[in-house]
Amino acid sequence: MSVACRLLPIALLAATIIGPAVAADFTAGTLRIADPWSRAVPDGAKAAGGFMTLTNTGNAPDTLIGGTTVIAQRFEVHEMSVTDGVMRMRELKPGLVIAPGATVVLKPGSYHVMFLDLKQQPKAGQSFKGTLEFEKAGKVEVEFAVEPLGARAPGGKAGGSGSGSGSGSGAPRKPQAP
Amino acid sequence: MRMLRLVLWGAVASVAIALGLASTGLVPSRLPELARLPLAASVGGPFELTDQSGKRFSSAQLAGKPFALFFGFTQCPDVCPTTLLELSNQLAELGGNARELTIVFITVDPERDTPELLAAYLKSFDARVVGLTGTPAEIATAARAYRAVYEKVATSGGYTMNHTALVYLMDAKGLLASTLTFQEPAATQRQKLARLLERK
Repeated sequence: MSVACRLLPIALLAATIIGPAVAADFTAGTLRIADPWSRAVPDGAKAAGGFMTLTNTGNAPDTLIGGTTVIAQRFEVHEMSVTDGVMRMRELKPGLVIAPGATVVLKPGSYHVMFLDLKQQPKAGQSFKGTLEFEKAGKVEVEFAVEPLGARAPGGKAGGSGSGSGSGSGAPRKPQAP
Repeated sequence: MRMLRLVLWGAVASVAIALGLASTGLVPSRLPELARLPLAASVGGPFELTDQSGKRFSSAQLAGKPFALFFGFTQCPDVCPTTLLELSNQLAELGGNARELTIVFITVDPERDTPELLAAYLKSFDARVVGLTGTPAEIATAARAYRAVYEKVATSGGYTMNHTALVYLMDAKGLLASTLTFQEPAATQRQKLARLLERK
């Protein structure tokens, strides 16, 4: 199957669920960046996560080495895992490698980018600009769509588990009066 | 070789005798005990910390009511806010039945998580969440009591934290009833919480 065929469903889905306000796909050389998204964070939080799908249509590996966003002072590429009940986080140095022909999904619980020392907090329903930097493809401007707190996937898809927290206002439902 | 065989048959015989005795009631059955989690009594214990309003908080304040306890930090991008959100949603779903339940969030990053920051952070969640911080030694005592692990991990701009991401479901006697994780389906989380609330 060609890369175009593989990307088509992703592109179609993105076009239907995100809507015209946010351009969902970006290209840098032979790299395709689909659905960059972030999540609303609790008040006072100084860090937020960024997620996207990266596809390398070229013949050589490339590496996501960093970036910038308008909302944060710092940008790092991380990997998270949960093993035996312990959450582990590590910075990927020099970055996240995307092999030729490979698609790598940055998502909650896995690879992600971290926006640190937030200057402003991402708000659900809004989007913000950023730049991704690849070792070979260089810099590319993207726009992150902000999903509600606790969202597991872009575009209000609830993802695997949880209490359907991928949709809604981003605030927990108020507890009933005792 | 022959010796080993004899020893093993000996072991089989003694187990058979023990089972026989248990079924006749000559020795007390261990079954009621086993209904509790193995090692349940070795998880949990006393701690003294500071809550999000700046007041001292003792684990003694949790006695007599069930609680769900969880270690995390506010610069955590995924596990911590998602777990707090899901627990908040579960409390809302459980309604009046969960009146007695306290959610305890203990930071493993006391250097950055001050009471003021915890207070702001927890506004996004159910009002029953108690956020706790303290000195590094106080945090270590609480983590040791719950057999929780945490460590600083250096990054290019500072540090992040690895930490136990289980939610400990503790009954009114302070015994471990079960654990849950943010990766479980909401229905499973709800069943576990409901069972905790039914426990006497």
